[in-house]
Amino acid sequence: MNGNFGIEVRGLSKSFGKTKALKNVSLAVEKGSIFGLIGPDGAGKSTLFRILTTLYLPDSGEAFVSGLHCVKNYKEIRKRVGYMPGRFSLYQDLTVEENLSFYASVFKTTVKENYHLIKDIYQQIEPFKNRRAGNLSGGMKQKLALSCALVHKPEVLFLDEPTTGVDAVSRKEFWDMLKELKNSGITILVSTPYMDEAMLCDRTGFIQNGAVLKTGIPESIIDDFQGEMFSVTTSKPQETVKLLSEELGDNTVFRFGSELHIYGNPSMEIFLKAFKESHPGLNLEIQNTRPGIEDCFIQLMNSNNES
Amino acid sequence: MNRETVIEVSGLYKRFGTFTANDNLNFSVYRGEIFGFLGANGAGKTTAMKILCGLSKPSAGKATVAGFDVYRQSEKIKQNIGYMSQRFSLYEDLSIIENIVFYGGIYGLSYREIQIRAKEMLTNLGLWNIRRKVISSLPLGWKQKISFSLAMLHNPSIIFLDEPTGGVDPVTRRQFWEMIYNAAEKGFTVFVTTHYMDEAEYCDRVSIMVDGRIVALDTPKALKQQYSAGSMEEVFLKLARNKELEKEHIL
Repeated sequence: MNGNFGIEVRGLSKSFGKTKALKNVSLAVEKGSIFGLIGPDGAGKSTLFRILTTLYLPDSGEAFVSGLHCVKNYKEIRKRVGYMPGRFSLYQDLTVEENLSFYASVFKTTVKENYHLIKDIYQQIEPFKNRRAGNLSGGMKQKLALSCALVHKPEVLFLDEPTTGVDAVSRKEFWDMLKELKNSGITILVSTPYMDEAMLCDRTGFIQNGAVLKTGIPESIIDDFQGEMFSVTTSKPQETVKLLSEELGDNTVFRFGSELHIYGNPSMEIFLKAFKESHPGLNLEIQNTRPGIEDCFIQLMNSNNES
Repeated sequence: MNRETVIEVSGLYKRFGTFTANDNLNFSVYRGEIFGFLGANGAGKTTAMKILCGLSKPSAGKATVAGFDVYRQSEKIKQNIGYMSQRFSLYEDLSIIENIVFYGGIYGLSYREIQIRAKEMLTNLGLWNIRRKVISSLPLGWKQKISFSLAMLHNPSIIFLDEPTGGVDPVTRRQFWEMIYNAAEKGFTVFVTTHYMDEAEYCDRVSIMVDGRIVALDTPKALKQQYSAGSMEEVFLKLARNKELEKEHIL
């Protein structure tokens, strides 16, 4: 176990009956950094979170949180972590203030004692402290849930899809808050289905069917993209997609509005230029572009499915 | 350009007590268009969608959907639209084919017609051989594709998609958008809400709602130019930022 890591996971597996929810998962999160776990529903994100927060036992492998063993030291871990589960964790019938006091009392502390920790976030919802949690908007609930997860001064914060179904404005604000928390030294593991949020993490990993396909710094994951990506603009996108897919096969040409993304090796450029010459009516403009993180994950998924 | 209007909204208001959820909405949606309906949580999108689907009546103003009036012909509207949401509209413990028969029946299709359309739909999706599988056993991405195809089973002129791509992997999400493009090309009008700002870029035109009003409506390209933004996310943030707290005060 390395002392620089807030979270360390080694070869973790977990099955439920025949379903392998986690397959030999390993990852490490440095203290005071944000690690983003990106993956679709059913990939195993929540299972991993529940093992790390000591709610499930792994079948095999080991995990450490704040240097403590997830199975042997579970009681100590529970005092030191904050957990915001994917489904809304608040008591709908309690007010904003009551929810917060409740969570503080569970951890034998008071809101007053740790107010400085949650101040920036909580102040935004304090005007509504007498409103029942069930009557808050999505963004407000999210802020309250985060305040509740922070009120006992955790060292490590687990946020399971905190931004799902939340609009772009609230998501932006939420990520600004996470950065502040990180700067105060808290280690954060956050899961999300939004690819663009991967870019906001210090490190990110993509999980699918229980396996972590790759972890790394977002920019270096993009650097590792195999081959070239071309962006093609056209006046007739749907027709162009059809013609190109016939030539190049499935999962090579993707449409983004009026723009197409095409993956391939460097010789693809020669092919595309020839295609442009032979189809003047499509008004094609071809550009070699840098892939996005989503393109990288798609490539990882495809190569993983083939192997 | 001669464009057939499928949704026409003018001076539309919806009030709940003293709260105005929809504040003078004016817009048109054309046939075969992919229309993105964006807004922050609580901006009034769902209220407007409910009116357009014939589930709620406006407080004032005019709206027609597929040529039918939202005040007087809501039943006609329901027959001529399809609806799909992220929260599934499929019955989990029925098989694929049972879901199709059930929905076909609701939309008043004859059994023979349902059989023909079911075969066509499932062959296109590559699911004909597993049509007797129970929905709950299927991956999320398949369920989404089935939901979307089911929403088109009765050949509606408009399909409403309410955050259709939540929680799926990026390949499935792109395949789903391929289905949307194909539907639009066949002449279906697609009215879609999403929190994925990259998906806003895929729409033909986008409207952005803030506090019950439509504050911007144009092609993604034009909106980015108008607000000198590099992406639709920037446009959205510029328009909708900091509005949420103000709204809470009104409520």
